[in-house]
Amino acid sequence: MIAIIDYNAGNVRSVKFALDRLGVESEITADFSKIRNADKVIFPGVGEAASTMNFLTKTGLNDLIVSLKQPVLGICLGMQLLCKSSEEGNALCLNILPNEIKLFKGDMKIPHMGWNQIFNLKSPLFEGVEEGSFVYFVHSYYAENNQYTIANCNYITHFTAALHKDNFFAVQFHPEKSGKVGEQILKNFIINI
Amino acid sequence: MLTKRIIPCLDIKDGRTVKGVNFVNLRDAGDAVELGKAYAEQGADELVFLDITATVEKRKTLAALAKRIAQNLNIPFTVGGGISSIDDVAVLLDSGADKISINTAAVKRPELITELAKNFGSQFVVLAVDTRFDGMEWKVYLNGGRTPTSLNTIDWLKEAQERGAGEVLLTSMNHDGTKNGFALQLTAKASELLKIPVIASGGAGTMQHFAEIFTEGKADAALAASIFHFGEIPIPELKTFLKNKNIAIR
Repeated sequence: MIAIIDYNAGNVRSVKFALDRLGVESEITADFSKIRNADKVIFPGVGEAASTMNFLTKTGLNDLIVSLKQPVLGICLGMQLLCKSSEEGNALCLNILPNEIKLFKGDMKIPHMGWNQIFNLKSPLFEGVEEGSFVYFVHSYYAENNQYTIANCNYITHFTAALHKDNFFAVQFHPEKSGKVGEQILKNFIINI
Repeated sequence: MLTKRIIPCLDIKDGRTVKGVNFVNLRDAGDAVELGKAYAEQGADELVFLDITATVEKRKTLAALAKRIAQNLNIPFTVGGGISSIDDVAVLLDSGADKISINTAAVKRPELITELAKNFGSQFVVLAVDTRFDGMEWKVYLNGGRTPTSLNTIDWLKEAQERGAGEVLLTSMNHDGTKNGFALQLTAKASELLKIPVIASGGAGTMQHFAEIFTEGKADAALAASIFHFGEIPIPELKTFLKNKNIAIR
């Protein structure tokens, strides 16, 4: 069973629907024992970093997520919250990954919204996914590339599209909304990781 | 490279598409979900479902439709049409909608944009604007273009961005239905002024019109309805045409 962490952050249902389409059993839940005992955990999220971190801290989900031993996949804000900190509301995040999340700065449109390409794919998470494949992004803050980067993307600057450290995987884009490429990535998380 | 988006728009009444569609053989060509899936497979980058149902049961049917779309579609979609309250929107989010578009209700009560952005995030809130050039300036129209206002379109777009709208869907009533091309100058002005993405709508008739709205018009995305529904411009051909013009396309 895949636990999708329910913490009142945006469109968690689309992740569940995507897993349903793959025929994978999943549950949207905030129940600690269900999350702890799940085969895998997805930490989705759309929203604002500081207020979401406050919510996680208030509910104790912060400590639970850090203590998880099974494979975890953070998506979008979920990815950013797995990192050290975010400029969005000056949030201190879960610090599983050392990245500092920064606001895009430049003349181009912000948010970075739409389909963009991912490169330097370095993980079983991307098995069967071609270099330069298109996935769907919506975000105004980004992580810089570092040794945990397993995919990157270019908008205003080169930034991290995916991260991996130990049992924690994370993607800045929305695999649940990224067509067949996104389905392949979710399938890889279920089967390969 | 971030690509320009091609967005088919489907008019929905009572859960079914209103305009006839004959570009592809579908089991049920009037079914919004079947049609959405066909567009996704053809390479549409996003979809907009505009509900024109005018009954008290509206909210329920729209939520049920949003859920069915979310269950079946693997690309982002927006639902709109008569959304006027936080409650309407909460139901749609809960049904799996990726974005909602608001129009008349936002003009009547601009705080709605602020409230929705705060509650659901800016990325969830698309401000749709119907506008007409009166010879002097672009003015905002309400109720599907039936009701004129004295509101200047550019001023309204600026305010909407400040209030937290995540994207703008800008329809020129002067161009809509003409098939003579999009409103290039208006769209370019809006896109240069705003930090958030601009979806251009109204006037698409040829593939060249799309090339123009992405270059001269500086649009981030282009929306059209009947030319896609009637197969006048197949999306795969359109995307190849634009790629050959060196426009960033998925």
